[in-house]
Amino acid sequence: MTVISEWLIVIFLLFGSFLSLVAAFGLIRLPDVYTRNHAASKSATLGVMSILLAAFLYFYFIEGHFSSRILLGIAFIFITAPVAGHLISRAAYNSGVKLWEKSVRDDLQYKKKEREH
Amino acid sequence: MLELVMKISLICLTLSMLGLVYRLIKGPTVPDRVVALDAIGINLVAIIAIISMLLNTNAFLDVILLMGILAFIGTVAFAKFLEKGEIIENDRNQ
Repeated sequence: MTVISEWLIVIFLLFGSFLSLVAAFGLIRLPDVYTRNHAASKSATLGVMSILLAAFLYFYFIEGHFSSRILLGIAFIFITAPVAGHLISRAAYNSGVKLWEKSVRDDLQYKKKEREH
Repeated sequence: MLELVMKISLICLTLSMLGLVYRLIKGPTVPDRVVALDAIGINLVAIIAIISMLLNTNAFLDVILLMGILAFIGTVAFAKFLEKGEIIENDRNQ
């Protein structure tokens, strides 16, 4: 049982750190704010959630301590990180940050013009 | 084996935080920097979890929740500041 739980913890830890590296790579490489926000808010969230799950499994199986705070932390991050990404992306659009020059269409532009008329 | 994997993933998280700090310094617009700071806060949560596993203590688990809440509130406040120009509106004539 401990061997299986150890393997589970190892897999979750490696997956989480890999996803966190992917998020950082996306933040460096992608061309504009919205794509960078896409990379950061999704992969960083999933990576941190899997690392927290690994911590929960560690404290549960190896220390024998059921920690509800980590579960609350997982739920809280799962709820709030996409909301924060959405808010900052909307603030970026409304404060006039340009899209990437190769992006094809901008649907919100027409909505904005309609609202102003 | 578990300790080695924890150290490896600590190194990975440190490298990704270095990348985020690069975006925080260089980022051409303000929302870029806010996104990078938000991701740094979320990475700090993971680092705290791994360090509390390495130290074999469950005393730091409150800090995880606290860091999550603080990162969210900071990002929301900054988004509202960027959009409306002030964070708490005191205008009573609306």
